Amino acid sequence: MNSEVRTFGIAVILFLAAATLPLISSGYLLSIGVSIAVYTVLATSWTLFSGPTNYISLAVAAFFGIGMYVVAGGIDLLPFPVLVLIGAVVGALFSAIVGLATLRISGVYFVIFTLGLAELIRQVVSWGQATMGTSSGLYVLTDFTDPQIYWALLVLAAVVFLIGWWIGRSRLGFALRIIGNDEVVAVHSGINTARAKVILFVISCTFASITGALVAPRYSYVEPTIAFNPFISFQVVIMALLGGVHRLWGPLLGVIPFTILWELISANFPTQTTLLLGAAFLLIVYFIPHGIVGLIESGIQKWKGDQHG
Amino acid sequence: MEIIIIGLLLGGTYALMAMGLQLQYGVARIMNLANGEVLVAAAFGTFWFFSATQVSPFVALIGIVPLAFVVNWAIYRFLMLPLVKRAKNQGQLEVDSILATFGISFIFIGILLAVFGGDYLSYSYMASPVHLLGETYGLNRIAAFLGSAVLCVGLYVWLNRTRAGLTLRAVAVNPSAASLVSINVVNASALAFALGGAVTAAGGMMLSMFLTFDASLGVIFTLKALVIVIMGGVSDIRGAILAAFILGLTETVVAILVDPGLTLAAAYVLFLIILLVRPQGLFGRRTS
Repeated sequence: MNSEVRTFGIAVILFLAAATLPLISSGYLLSIGVSIAVYTVLATSWTLFSGPTNYISLAVAAFFGIGMYVVAGGIDLLPFPVLVLIGAVVGALFSAIVGLATLRISGVYFVIFTLGLAELIRQVVSWGQATMGTSSGLYVLTDFTDPQIYWALLVLAAVVFLIGWWIGRSRLGFALRIIGNDEVVAVHSGINTARAKVILFVISCTFASITGALVAPRYSYVEPTIAFNPFISFQVVIMALLGGVHRLWGPLLGVIPFTILWELISANFPTQTTLLLGAAFLLIVYFIPHGIVGLIESGIQKWKGDQHG
Repeated sequence: MEIIIIGLLLGGTYALMAMGLQLQYGVARIMNLANGEVLVAAAFGTFWFFSATQVSPFVALIGIVPLAFVVNWAIYRFLMLPLVKRAKNQGQLEVDSILATFGISFIFIGILLAVFGGDYLSYSYMASPVHLLGETYGLNRIAAFLGSAVLCVGLYVWLNRTRAGLTLRAVAVNPSAASLVSINVVNASALAFALGGAVTAAGGMMLSMFLTFDASLGVIFTLKALVIVIMGGVSDIRGAILAAFILGLTETVVAILVDPGLTLAAAYVLFLIILLVRPQGLFGRRTS
């Protein structure tokens, strides 16, 4: 209990420290801060589902884009907070449909289905806009400033962490870890595996939709290729894996270095980003399969072993 | 009628592409998400060969197929095999191989972008009209269909009539039982993976005769091939061929009657129907 209070205290201090960023800096540093906040929410909520279950979801961009599109489409009609809520509900409903259709069967089919999901929605939205005769681009003109968006994202990140902490202690989290270890065992212990997976998938995707909705004002111009950019999914997966998916705070350790590194890479080698992203995938899979968390933990283990030995 | 024939012609070419993926997933048990990129690379290679020499694209097969075989063999031997050995169970291997082949697909795209740039590429070969049952069709589509059909039949006969084919089918059914009857499972899997890559590359060459390609298109073909393989049942080539025709027809119907931009949506609808109604595939047997 004592160590839990201490961890919680450290988390609050770090959260408050992160919240002061807009007071210190406004330009470039803040924009990196917003990116880090976006990817922290996306990668941590991705890990809530994909970490314990080992079901790799490549659909983050689809749900991120849904949230963004709801805001972009309705900004002239409804107030922003209502739109964020609608975005969350639409994302939740859609992910429930996808989850119910694919998560009852083996994991591979789920991965394949999510792989093209963003592209599928992009095609359907483009087609819908073309048939209805509206232009493909939408303007999101609000008076929200970057600091406001940043703080909103920070609060969202805190909510994700709290929910993740709660799930980790609940029966649901326990069930998911068993599913990840051996799904047959989970079924035989009386766990309703499909239900547990769908619930977590919906939670995870809803956060992606809220994130998309919150950052929509930053883009000011939204069209299908921007909102449903599959690269977002791939970056989220790679950041989470880099950090480590077996601890709640793992993805954060991947998000921060990767976002900064990626800023530098896309500024200096704009034409080679795909190649480098592929190389990063391979490096992580072959050399740091348990992420930075895994490196730290095995380091501590070794150090403790030396102390006793 | 026109729709049916165009759909069947397309389906025949899809069948070839899906057989490649089926060899890789069914025998070598690697879900290869870089499959579509091999196909696009072959299409780009054909484009380059034809633009440079003006010789028939079919001649390009002589270079493309062995090259794809060697490259895919190397991918299996040096990148997949360590994962196979490291994995404690099938689930772990699936996750690792999906992530690794995903990385490989990005590297392919990056190389293609660096060499050919991001433009759409196509060439014009045998683009003359052919009259068939009162309608006209591009000769290149018919040639691609015939070429694919020859290769499909050849592969089918090879798998069912030769000892090497029997070996691959044995590994597909049960790798550990296959090793009991002194089959070298590692070699057989590497052969299947390499052969699958070569077949996919041949499919890419066929498709390049009548489709327009750009470097980022691979994932679409990976998805289509996966939908076909799942629809047909993972271990049955007849199922894949039938499924390829179904997909080809559905896509053509949607493209002509609704909108050409919705072909992926058509594939997804088929995918959903299969997942909900018959997850083991058309010819697959229900497993535990």
